[in-house]
Amino acid sequence: MVARPQTGTPTAGSSTVSPHLTALEGAPQTLVSVEGVSFWYGKRQALNQLDLAIPHRRVTALIGPSGCGKSTLLRMLNRMYDLVPGSRTAGRILFGGEDILATRQLLELRQKIGMVFQKPSPFPMSIRDNVAFAPRLLGWGKKRINDAVERSLRDAALWDEVKDRLSASGTSLSGGQQQRLAIARAIAVGPEVILMDEPCSALDPMATLKIEDLMRRLVETYTIVIVTHNMQQAARVADHTAFMLMDPEHGYGELVEFGNTTDIFQKPKDPRTEAYITGRFG
Amino acid sequence: MSRNRRRLFFSAAARGGIWLMAAIALLPLALVLLHTVTNGLPAALSVNFYTHVERPVGIPGAGVSHALTGTLVMVGIASLLAIPVGVVGGIHLVEYGGGQLPRGIRLAADVLVGTPSIAVGLFVYAIAVAPFHHFSALSGAVALAVLMLPIVLRTTESAIALVPNGIREAGLALGLARWRVALQLILPAAAPGVLTGCLLAVARAAGETAPLLFTAFGNKFYTLDPTRAMSALPLIVFHDALTPYEDLVRQAWGAALLLVALTLFTNVLSRLALRRQIALAGGQ
Ligand SMILES: Nc1ncnc2c1ncn2[C@@H]1O[C@H](COP(=O)(O)OP(=O)(O)OP(=O)(O)O)[C@@H](O)[C@H]1O
Ligand SMILES: [Mg+2]
Repeated sequence: MVARPQTGTPTAGSSTVSPHLTALEGAPQTLVSVEGVSFWYGKRQALNQLDLAIPHRRVTALIGPSGCGKSTLLRMLNRMYDLVPGSRTAGRILFGGEDILATRQLLELRQKIGMVFQKPSPFPMSIRDNVAFAPRLLGWGKKRINDAVERSLRDAALWDEVKDRLSASGTSLSGGQQQRLAIARAIAVGPEVILMDEPCSALDPMATLKIEDLMRRLVETYTIVIVTHNMQQAARVADHTAFMLMDPEHGYGELVEFGNTTDIFQKPKDPRTEAYITGRFG
Repeated sequence: MSRNRRRLFFSAAARGGIWLMAAIALLPLALVLLHTVTNGLPAALSVNFYTHVERPVGIPGAGVSHALTGTLVMVGIASLLAIPVGVVGGIHLVEYGGGQLPRGIRLAADVLVGTPSIAVGLFVYAIAVAPFHHFSALSGAVALAVLMLPIVLRTTESAIALVPNGIREAGLALGLARWRVALQLILPAAAPGVLTGCLLAVARAAGETAPLLFTAFGNKFYTLDPTRAMSALPLIVFHDALTPYEDLVRQAWGAALLLVALTLFTNVLSRLALRRQIALAGGQ
């Protein structure tokens, strides 16, 4: 269904069907490896010593109470924190043999690791130009760009709705359509990873279900990391789930537990995870 | 029943009051327009007014073509100087605006907006006229540019600041460098506000007299050479309106009418541009 030029990365189980299959048994490959990572906003430490192996072509969810550092971790994966003056990192995040935290090739990195935000924020230009934006940036030829636009919109399950009005403004779409446009925009240059920070929190239930369906199809081709406050959503779409929590003493976020989504939700090892899942705090 | 009637009465009275206040507020504007049109029309209806230059008193067929082109040339050059600097500066203030320098720039711009324009004229006289020992349109344009710059800068800044942060982040997440995000995404999204600011500055500059008095100085002859003294519509109004000669006073009114028309035209233009941009950004 999701067609894309293959990136040559070996794949363990790209024909994943069941959202809840026990991925660890299938021995999924690690695509992004977070090793001993800490983060500071100025003097304030926001993350402490995180270790996380993000599996290839799976959906990994980051859950936890507000302020525990989910967005911070997600933004470390494509270096969006570079914008924050005075920020500092420790540890490393390996991706394709390179340390994301140390690389100087930001354009390349962000080509490979795309991002979708809570607010879709279409650019003030046509639907076509929104999707073609990144390919143009890379200087692709006309034919290649047109193909990329169609493929991305198809992959984002938006093509049928907009194919007759590609020249209409991106802002003329509904909220759910705008979010799918944002996904199309992010996958236009063929990334390997898509980061999503609460992509459905501004959408109605129908639009949310559509995006969730989409994620299950996209994960045949892409690796997805999603931050969500919606526990049912994590249970529905994620193969793996990481539970984070703020250390009450130091005020920084920590990883409490990481595992298969079914395990996290049905037999959590840590009592704090269980408390959070069952709604006793957070 | 009577309470209801009282309510209706008060409602009508309040509405009448609002209409009255609006009318009073509009009255000066209407009077100025009416006066300018009735006094300016006799001169402005003659073709010579637009094609000829000044003539000695008593000789018919005088015009202000030299002042009209003078205003266009000087405002044009001033725009070329002030708008690029102002727009780029305004973007810079928002995108990199935390430090000492931007704070200083902001303060300077605010002070400059409030500076009497005659002081600006004097300043430019000192740096661009006195050293060369002659008046020039170029120095006039510099004076106008100094007046335009803070307006362009500050309106650009506020228009840029209104662009949602999500667009900025989405652009960066696609791998764009910060300056490309600013120029390719933020600026187009803020275009209507930026354009409105530029046109406001143009309208302000076109109507200024004081900064031109000792820079462009004025010229009774037609010239397009920016290194020479040049006339401008406000200068005609200033010089001719207070003379005892009926001819010249009529010319002054005509020039005033032309100025008002130009300003109106600029404003309408900014509205149209704004609407088109909104249509572009808002869809359909
Ligand atoms: N730009 C920033 N400067 C300083 N501190 C920040 C900044 N962004 C986030 N923080 C702090 O870092 C901590 C983690 O923030 P983060 O946004 O990662 O949390 P989160 O888990 O995504 O929360 P939420 O669920 O509410 O989105 C919070 O305490 C927050 O106050
Ligand atoms: Mg967050």
